[in-house]
Amino acid sequence: MEVIRSQKRTPSNDTVSNPKIPLYLTAPQMEVRLEEFELFAIDRLRVLKGVSDGLARGRNPKEMDDLVDTLWKEHMRDPDASVMLNKDIISHFVLRLVYCRSDELKKWFLSMETALFRHRFRLQNFEAQRAIVGEFGLPYKAVTGAELEGLKERLGQVVRSLGQISPTVEAVYYKVPFEEVPDLVASRRVLIQKGFAFVAGSQLVSLVVTQFRSHISKALILTNRKWTTTIREREKDRLTPIVEALSTSYLGPDYSQSTEYAEISLKDIDQVAKSSFPLCMRHLFEKVREDHHLKHGGRMQLGLFLKGVGLKLDDALAFWRAEFTKKVGSERFDKEYAYSIRHNYGKEGKRTDYTPYACQKIILSAPGAGDHHGCPYRHFSEDNLRAALGRMGLSSRGMEGVMDQVRNKHYQLACTMTFEAVYGTSCDAGINHPNQYFEESQKILKSKTPPAPV
Amino acid sequence: MFITSEFTTARNLFPYNDIHKWLSYGHDGKHPGCDEYYFGRREFSFTLENDVYLRYKSFKSASALEHAIKSCFPYKIDIGAVYSVDPDKRHAYSQTGTNVFTPVERELVFDIDITDYDDVRYCCSGADVCSKCWPLMTVAIKVIHTSLKEDFGFKHILWVFSGRRGVHCWVCDPKARRMTNEQRSAVAEYFRVYKGNENNARKVALMGYSLHPFLARSYVDFLKGFFEGELQANQSIFSTKDKYDKILEMISYEDIQSELREKWEKSANRSSLSEEAISLVRWEQLKNTLQSKKHKAPTLRMCVEEIVFTFTYPRIDLEVSKQMNHLLKAPFCVHPKTGRVCVPIDPNNCDEFDPLAVPTLSQLIEEINSGGSKMGVDDDDDDTDSSLLGKSIKFFRSSFLGPLLKSCKEEIENSYKTKIGKSKDSFSW
Repeated sequence: MEVIRSQKRTPSNDTVSNPKIPLYLTAPQMEVRLEEFELFAIDRLRVLKGVSDGLARGRNPKEMDDLVDTLWKEHMRDPDASVMLNKDIISHFVLRLVYCRSDELKKWFLSMETALFRHRFRLQNFEAQRAIVGEFGLPYKAVTGAELEGLKERLGQVVRSLGQISPTVEAVYYKVPFEEVPDLVASRRVLIQKGFAFVAGSQLVSLVVTQFRSHISKALILTNRKWTTTIREREKDRLTPIVEALSTSYLGPDYSQSTEYAEISLKDIDQVAKSSFPLCMRHLFEKVREDHHLKHGGRMQLGLFLKGVGLKLDDALAFWRAEFTKKVGSERFDKEYAYSIRHNYGKEGKRTDYTPYACQKIILSAPGAGDHHGCPYRHFSEDNLRAALGRMGLSSRGMEGVMDQVRNKHYQLACTMTFEAVYGTSCDAGINHPNQYFEESQKILKSKTPPAPV
Repeated sequence: MFITSEFTTARNLFPYNDIHKWLSYGHDGKHPGCDEYYFGRREFSFTLENDVYLRYKSFKSASALEHAIKSCFPYKIDIGAVYSVDPDKRHAYSQTGTNVFTPVERELVFDIDITDYDDVRYCCSGADVCSKCWPLMTVAIKVIHTSLKEDFGFKHILWVFSGRRGVHCWVCDPKARRMTNEQRSAVAEYFRVYKGNENNARKVALMGYSLHPFLARSYVDFLKGFFEGELQANQSIFSTKDKYDKILEMISYEDIQSELREKWEKSANRSSLSEEAISLVRWEQLKNTLQSKKHKAPTLRMCVEEIVFTFTYPRIDLEVSKQMNHLLKAPFCVHPKTGRVCVPIDPNNCDEFDPLAVPTLSQLIEEINSGGSKMGVDDDDDDTDSSLLGKSIKFFRSSFLGPLLKSCKEEIENSYKTKIGKSKDSFSW
């Protein structure tokens, strides 16, 4: 794939004669504009995040099919089918570069791409599915006509034996030597006759998805190798910054401009921290007050959050100065710390107005010794987390639900449950940004307090 | 238990040539496509007196096998897998690289032992077997044999009496011999229904709204009839409180348990019916009660079937089937404890098989002494019919070995033709 600067696109001749879902077996030989490189990837990322969201909320397979259909149409559609296919392929390969770079990223990407593939496959019609099965080189024949009719009754029995009350037989069955589907045989999930298993289209999905998953997994390892040995260095002024930004890109409101509700002043800050901060920020805030210091990671995470919450630069400087000078003295504060606070507000250097970190970025961070940043649901030990939740006012029953989510690595859902327990209300949108937590919390608290007398 | 001199007879009567023919699968060296070393890569193991166990024995021919057995005096001979290299010479090969010592072919085997049914038979336990409980083996053969043929499409299946209390099954199709451990495991699990140990009362749990077609066919064609007929007659599983309590515990609904328990306690001493008749009456009552109440809980949906399956469905030893390198006793051995010969069983006539009528070593010796048959078994002797062992040998040859070898020869010929054809099409200067 060749990335070029804004030139007229040459129509791609390599769109394969139409597999509806590309298998991403080889990198496409086409030219890609630099802008598209990033934009296509972002659109696909929206789809993958939507998938991630759906799975985290425990959507059943049918719901996931619908969700994927909606997401794909919303972000990846194009009136020109070949353009749509190109976007599909290009975006996948760009995201491979982005997500090959660590085990955690690989795992997430692999899960989401596999889930996406699974549901896109399920949405296809019989012919398209058959074509895809063929693409993988799996030599299974579909059962049709009289042969299928003769098997219908027993196929219905199999369906009923698996817990479905009505014996609706699927439209597509594949005749597969029983040796090739050992797990379906072992669990008696298929009809077997004269050495052949009759595998339903929906069961074939598993086989096909396993192939897909295995292929992508291997590809990611190769891509990572290429990235670290050649690409990253070669592209350090062009693609690398884009790739690095993409993995932490958060696709909601960025809270860089604080809203009307969110302005807080220094005198209120302690009270507001207690009532409206999410656990991660509460912890950092308490530590600043306690230790009169925070390491870099913590300063960034809390500092940007406070900016998002509406703390003005002057107030921020005053806050950090008040704490840090207790430990390091006023001169050192001005020299070493004031600069970076101003930097965060876009008043120094590149003058980029940095955006507060979203949950995804915080969860993926790696706090070390002496650090207090990161996501407590992920980075705290169970005991510490329970203690912290207790201090937030959670009952032991409420805590169990949260701990359960934590055990299943659904950290944002854990935070959402905490929010719901603390404020006694449901939060359907789910927490995915600390500033969102703060804003929602403020909304609830303000609606409860009576208006000040005139 | 056994007398050394008697066992000499056993070793003399062992059909070396037939076993050799079987395990060669047509590779007798007569056709250019034969692999003449095939038989030599098969593992045998000998169990000697004092339970000394010799593994990885291999032989180039029937006579080599005969010679070894007559000089080592094993009491038991087991057959293992065909390996990548001569088991005898395995140490010459390292475990890495291309010359690894590993199994490459092995029959798909099953082992059913009646001691696994001790919780559902009341006439015997442990190593004993009688005409009242042996029918459990008969029905197991019918269920498994039908499935191997109809579901899996296998054609060359040998059933053998294990000599005391069970049966072995050897599936010898080429496809079966080449199955991987994972595939063998899958077939074993397909056959598995009973999942029992002392921690659960309900050892058969049939979920869903209907039985899988394999289980349904087994139930309709074999299990139901057996349960309501022969089993009840032989075991009277409802006639006493101990017996019926066990069954009532399988019903996962306390109310139904109590209802039936009460009814049966009341009728306990009043009846003048036979044990069998009482048992049948109670079974009908149980069925009726469950039928009327089964909507109450999903676990009651197939409770009747679950009870039938618990008492009658085959219980195979999964471990035996799952691994290629598992050894299994050779047919035509003599069981050291019972003296009975491990003869083949005809799956199409297994109702007629009586484990207590199987020839014993003593009977064979007597037959020889009275001049009724010759020592040793000849290959093409039509007189073998009349001797005790002769019938079994004849059956082995005509029903199993003959068709098997015919099909093996065809396969060897075909794959040879293909190979020749391929090399004709491609040539290089």
